[in-house]
Amino acid sequence: MSTEITQIRTPAEKALISLYTSEKDRLPGNDAVKALRTEAFAEFERSGLPHRRIESWHYTDLRSQLRDAAPLFTAGSSEFEDSLRHVQPKIPEGYALVLLDGVFVPELSDLDDLPEGVSVCSLADVLAKGDAALVERLAPKGLGTGDPALSLNAALMQGGVVVDVAPGTEVAKPLILLSVMSAGALHAAYHRSLVRIGAGAKLTLFEIVDAVEIGSNQQNGAVVIEVGDGAEVEHLTRISRQGADAVIINSVLASLGANCQYDGFALIADGGLVRRQIFLRFNGEHSTAGIRGLSLLSGKRHADTTLVVDHAMPHCTSREYFKHIVADEATGVYQGKVIVRPHAQKTDGAMKSRALLLSDSASMFNKPELEIFADDVVCGHGATVAQLDEDQLFYLRSRGLPRGEAEQLLLEAFAAEAVEKVRNEGARERLLTYVSDWLAARK
Amino acid sequence: MLEIKNLHVEVEGKKILDGLSLTVKAGEVAAIMGPNGSGKSTLSYVVAGREDYEVTAGEILLEGENILEMDASERAARGLFLAFQYPVEIPGVGTMTFLKSALNAQRKSRGEPELQTPELMKRVREAAKRLEISQDMLKRALNVGFSGGEKKRMEILQMALLEPKLAIMDETDSGLDIDALRIVAQGVNTLRAKERAFLVITHYQRLLNYIKPDTVHVMAAGRIVKTGGPELALELEKNGYRDYVSEAA
Ligand SMILES: Nc1ncnc2c1ncn2[C@@H]1O[C@H](COP(=O)(O)OP(=O)(O)O)[C@@H](O)[C@H]1O
Ligand SMILES: [Mg+2]
Repeated sequence: MSTEITQIRTPAEKALISLYTSEKDRLPGNDAVKALRTEAFAEFERSGLPHRRIESWHYTDLRSQLRDAAPLFTAGSSEFEDSLRHVQPKIPEGYALVLLDGVFVPELSDLDDLPEGVSVCSLADVLAKGDAALVERLAPKGLGTGDPALSLNAALMQGGVVVDVAPGTEVAKPLILLSVMSAGALHAAYHRSLVRIGAGAKLTLFEIVDAVEIGSNQQNGAVVIEVGDGAEVEHLTRISRQGADAVIINSVLASLGANCQYDGFALIADGGLVRRQIFLRFNGEHSTAGIRGLSLLSGKRHADTTLVVDHAMPHCTSREYFKHIVADEATGVYQGKVIVRPHAQKTDGAMKSRALLLSDSASMFNKPELEIFADDVVCGHGATVAQLDEDQLFYLRSRGLPRGEAEQLLLEAFAAEAVEKVRNEGARERLLTYVSDWLAARK
Repeated sequence: MLEIKNLHVEVEGKKILDGLSLTVKAGEVAAIMGPNGSGKSTLSYVVAGREDYEVTAGEILLEGENILEMDASERAARGLFLAFQYPVEIPGVGTMTFLKSALNAQRKSRGEPELQTPELMKRVREAAKRLEISQDMLKRALNVGFSGGEKKRMEILQMALLEPKLAIMDETDSGLDIDALRIVAQGVNTLRAKERAFLVITHYQRLLNYIKPDTVHVMAAGRIVKTGGPELALELEKNGYRDYVSEAA
């Protein structure tokens, strides 16, 4: 008897199938890329939208929550500029690389001032040339393989950037990958970027997922990061200013060389349904990865952070540290899986997740997992879900702080503990301000 | 200044204050002495505005106004201060940030302009010096990693800064060595003024050698069972609470 179950296609799945069918010949890429898209989409068709019976998507049932899949949208260039005017003042200092509705816009990016050793080209151009080696690196084997959201991303990727930082280059200002959705009718964007940091180079990459108007949109973006031997990378992400119906999927596929350092921090503030997934693998010894984040959730919003950290090599250290503030009827999800392969001796791993629930209707799902196959390792995890401490609140109130202000002071302290690990000072200050403003607005 | 009339308080159905009445006049230093478990901390929390105690009867008047319906922060802005028996540690909140927020929240509530950081720093430094609180302590998170004595001195520093009309001190002497006790008492004595009242809660007479009370009340089983002058404290020191505990029971 066959155990295969014929799934009934949801309206969103049907819409995705017709979207792919109508767009596939218009999407950039030579025959090799087309083959990659076809294969990826076939994989997506087999799995369908991820649902709760897929373990890694257990708490984020996209199949039932995505009511419809929005069409792609290509704005004219005057509309581009108009859109950008709204966003530009909010960009922190650095070299901006702008993706509008999933497509790289060189004329709005800071390409002329790029420092020596940094080169940027459009993903669409790379796909059109279809250099086999490069195309292969866009979908690194063993990182997120089979994930339905990533398959969909590979099948539909419209644009992105390919960034190369030459070995030894120290990039002083952050490189800002700004992915912004234009205003207007509900539409979707799929983009993928590749950032290669050469041996011994230093870079701050700041990914900002934003929108011109706070409204509904659907974004499925992925960043592939290759960290060369001895390189130091700080990868910051801010997912912000999204409407309550927005669906944001943000994937990171990171490969680390030897003796390098990767520090990730993501602020998720708002967005209707956010799924952030990080697949990180140590490909060399003596490297360190810090993966951190803070999610601020109100209303009926839902944010899921799922990590798979693969200690495939010995002598590496990973630190996972996530915080959630969940208000109203919002839901936070943290799933962290740390895999220690049999030969990955001397692995040092510590994972922590802390959440504060601000209402009885708020939920938090914590699922830290260790899969350890080596014997000489130090690994641990801890997860807590709590409410604001009434003793602390009363102490502050008894000194004259109204409840709202007392709460804000405690919440800022809770949040700041996560943000303060951000090394780039300018970015850290902006993130802290963003957090304070968010907290002040919810009072 | 403070007038408590026939106060009845329960927690989870358990009666803790049982018809307590007490008056403290402006300029007065009143002491409350009583055995452990007689409800002294409960009284101080209820006056300060903690909600998990249910007031089933009675009134609390501050300068003639019933404060029972007021939020704790509003009571503070009206000049009430409680030095906690167990000051709370607040990780992540810097001591200076806290002092500034508290002072300015009170000033804002009273319609006064905010105090700027340099002026605040000056006031904090002066008070800290008097109370032998190091600059290093001021840089740390509020009460975190402070010793018992340091926490108590920090309470007095807050009191000095906030300049309350009525200060309740809940066993501020407990856990203090003799030097710290002297520093704390000095801190309190410099704040004594015609328009300011103190309610000093203590288990031992020792503190009252340094902070001389005008009135001494004995509390047992949730009410004031005897009121007298400073000599009452000395008598308690000699005979203990035995007489009062059996009398109340
Ligand atoms: N929050 C509370 N829940 C339950 N019982 C309490 C609570 N607070 C105080 N009590 C009880 O009330 C009584 C008086 O306590 P307390 O006010 O702390 O006395 P004191 O400060 O005089 O030692 C004690 O029996 C104590 O156990
Ligand atoms: Mg007590």
